Amino acid sequence: MTALLQLQGVHTHIGAYHILHGVDLDVPEGEVTMLLGRNGAGKSTTLRTIMGMWRASQGRIDFKGRPIQGQRTPEIAQAGIGYVPETMGIFSDLTVKENLLLAARQARRAEDLDTRRLEWIFGFFPALKKFWLFPAGKLSGGQKQMLAIARAIIEPRALLLIDEPSKGLAPSIINNLIAALRELKAQAATILLVEQNFQLARALGDSVAVMDDGRVVHRGRMAELADDEALQQRLLGLSLAVHQ
Amino acid sequence: MNALNRLLSHDLPKSRWLAAALVLIVIALALAPFLFPGAKALSVAAKMLVFIVLVASFDLLLGYTGIVSFAHTMFFGIGAYGMAIASTRLGEGWFAVAAGLAAALAVSLLLSLVIGLFSLRVKAIFYAMITLAVAAAFQTLASQLSDFTGGEDGLSFKNPTLLSPSFEALAEPLFGLAIDGKVITYYLLFVAAALLFLLMLRIVNSPFGRVLQAIRENDFRAEAIGFRSVVYRTLSNVLAALFATVAGALLALWLRYTGPDTTLSFEIMLDILLIVVIGGMGTLYGAIVGSVLFVLAQNYLQDLLKLGATALEGVPLLGAVVTPDRWLLWLGVLFVLSVYHFPTGIVGRLRAARGADPR
Amino acid sequence: MNAVSAAAASAIPEAGFDWRPIALLAALALGALPLVGSPSTWVTLTVAGLAMGLIVFIIASGLTLVFGLMDVLNFGHGVFIAVGAFVATSVMGGMAGWTMSPQLLPNLGAIFVAMLAAMTVAGAIGFAFERVIVRPVYGQHLKQILITMGGMIVGEEIIKVIWGPQQIPLPLPESLRGAFLFGDAAIEKYRVLAVVVGLLVFAAMLWVLGRTKVGLLVRAGVQDREMVESLGYRIERLFTGVFVVGSALAGLGGVLWGLYQQSVVPQIGAQVNVLIFIVIIIGGLGSTLGCFVGALMVGLLANYTGFLAPKVALFSNIGLMVAVLLWRPQGLYPVTSR
Repeated sequence: MTALLQLQGVHTHIGAYHILHGVDLDVPEGEVTMLLGRNGAGKSTTLRTIMGMWRASQGRIDFKGRPIQGQRTPEIAQAGIGYVPETMGIFSDLTVKENLLLAARQARRAEDLDTRRLEWIFGFFPALKKFWLFPAGKLSGGQKQMLAIARAIIEPRALLLIDEPSKGLAPSIINNLIAALRELKAQAATILLVEQNFQLARALGDSVAVMDDGRVVHRGRMAELADDEALQQRLLGLSLAVHQ
Repeated sequence: MNALNRLLSHDLPKSRWLAAALVLIVIALALAPFLFPGAKALSVAAKMLVFIVLVASFDLLLGYTGIVSFAHTMFFGIGAYGMAIASTRLGEGWFAVAAGLAAALAVSLLLSLVIGLFSLRVKAIFYAMITLAVAAAFQTLASQLSDFTGGEDGLSFKNPTLLSPSFEALAEPLFGLAIDGKVITYYLLFVAAALLFLLMLRIVNSPFGRVLQAIRENDFRAEAIGFRSVVYRTLSNVLAALFATVAGALLALWLRYTGPDTTLSFEIMLDILLIVVIGGMGTLYGAIVGSVLFVLAQNYLQDLLKLGATALEGVPLLGAVVTPDRWLLWLGVLFVLSVYHFPTGIVGRLRAARGADPR
Repeated sequence: MNAVSAAAASAIPEAGFDWRPIALLAALALGALPLVGSPSTWVTLTVAGLAMGLIVFIIASGLTLVFGLMDVLNFGHGVFIAVGAFVATSVMGGMAGWTMSPQLLPNLGAIFVAMLAAMTVAGAIGFAFERVIVRPVYGQHLKQILITMGGMIVGEEIIKVIWGPQQIPLPLPESLRGAFLFGDAAIEKYRVLAVVVGLLVFAAMLWVLGRTKVGLLVRAGVQDREMVESLGYRIERLFTGVFVVGSALAGLGGVLWGLYQQSVVPQIGAQVNVLIFIVIIIGGLGSTLGCFVGALMVGLLANYTGFLAPKVALFSNIGLMVAVLLWRPQGLYPVTSR
């Protein structure tokens, strides 16, 4: 299986702080790769470095075989990467409709949106249809998260980077989320998913990479990690296993 | 050496050239009445002294605390008007001087406190714009309340006897200079300016000053460590205002006149900004070097422009541009260029040249 | 029926537009009525206030968008106002045939040409300003304040070089002088024109912002620039465009302001600068609607106090700003920040 996204020896400095200390990561095409680790391990920074918001001070980032480190964010997004940040990045003053329209680069007006795709999205995020004309800021946390993901998939993207989608969501909503992401998986999407919720990770992940202190300390298949309790304890500590 | 260190609050020039320049300036200003005879020269020197205090107080605000305020000329004006109004209403004399100064300081204290506490709670950008609006309002106020402030014409008044031009301190001239009230006034300004400057040096080098700099560098982090940044910034605001007020009072004493144009005009605010940028922000010494250069340029370069104008008389575009009337144009261009290419100012350049500790 | 129209049809209609600032505006206008006394005077003053407010809105709208989108503080916005006004003097001075005519059409034609010229020149200068002066200092607020202010000084002086330092009259064309009489109320003809132009500009802005993708980008960019880039848009290209449009609008405002005062001075930029800062602070930096409401408030208040208590007039603006900030520290319609 080819790696759609490949990081080699990536270092990132933010101001005076050295956050990433040589990250090596492969994201195979057509799979969900989980990026796990404690708070502060550098997972979000890794995503942001891939997206070009932080410039890698060292190392290589290759997407579809071509280097993208050092490129600006708009170019990287245009290469086919969709990003859902931890903060969701919802434009609160714009309506749900306008948020989606903006995310659909090919569409000039709402009428140009791909109808079938939109129906598909409404299928697992019905709230978005209901609140179509509402300012996005008025949606609940879970609904905002759905909108954030919907924005990333309104047009097909080669790679999706999703940062902690289940954070702060109620268990029932998380199930909704898992169902939606499973659907995407069934469509052979390539996803790099940062999560602290091990249950979600186990349900969705094909490969897994665990980070600690700005480095990737374990890489492998999710199935192996899921079966090996001792390994889980060692890598992730009690904090993750508790999130059942 | 140790005594000098203590005097300058351990904030040395840190550059041979700068130190030399400062020594030269101090000596020249100290002996100005003797070295440069003539009313104009003395006026230039007096203006330098006033501007040193005024700009240094602005540097305290901008360079050390990182606050942009366009209301500085307002406090300058309050000091001047305080002196003028007291002398006009209470009759000239030392009592009027003291009362005027005290009243001006009180008004400045109150105003800077109010503005500071109110405006510093909103974003810094708002603050800059608000101070601009307040200063504009104050300027109009001064022109409108003509009964009180003399309106557009301003107020002329007399100084206490000791300081008035007709007073003769010594029967015989000293070193060729007749010691009259004007000279005494000059030395009053000199001593006051020196003391105020040294005081400001002390303030920025105290623990208080270091907190200010921490706040300027990183407001968030300073707040996290526990400093109530609003309190410190308001205090810095107040101090800067008070120093500016005294500078205004000194100017009034020198000119024996105060009007909206001498203190409140926006052009003066620009002059201050220019000097602080060219001299070097956050150095205090920049105020000295900058003020001296600026006042010299303002007075003597305009003469140069006049020559240029007569030489280029009739030449269509150049003639209109090289003329003392367009002094502000050259100032503006110089200003923009300095901000781009001279961000650390003269003092910064001198210190860097020596390979000394960059500030 | 496609998914979009289905959604629109079945969706819950959105409620909760914030009416309070507009109610405040109405209260201001109505509250002045008993103070002014005579309804006819009130009508005159109100129209004058609306006209002035709309002119100020035209000028300030560009500035608030530039700040909201680009996070750039342009303290030199006044230079575009001045340029617009002076270009108008030259253009209308040269079109005496049309301005002296007693017919409406040539008069309007002259004004229209002046507006076009002013907007073009101001926009061109805005382009240069953004490239040369503003671009090098993106992200550095202090330097922006200093440099844009310097830019304005230089601009003002260059205007003096080209047009001279003295006041230049800008008389109204023949048919726009005088006033309509409705009973006792005198409504100046020019002010009606100003109101019409102002409303047209407002409507156009709302249309572009609300109904085009570019407008969508601007509104989103004002909120969260980084996210717009993450969606694949090179938002920096938009910056120059917005800056130029803002400058052109300021030029247009300059023409209207000059005609309103019937004279133009080089300091016109600096004078109006303070006023527009007050307006965009009141409105909320980045909000077009806030700018609109704020400008109208300022215009109305200036005219009412000008009539009732002239000495207080200058402070009325600052007083209004203080009052609004005490109520809403981020302005009437704060833009939810990133």
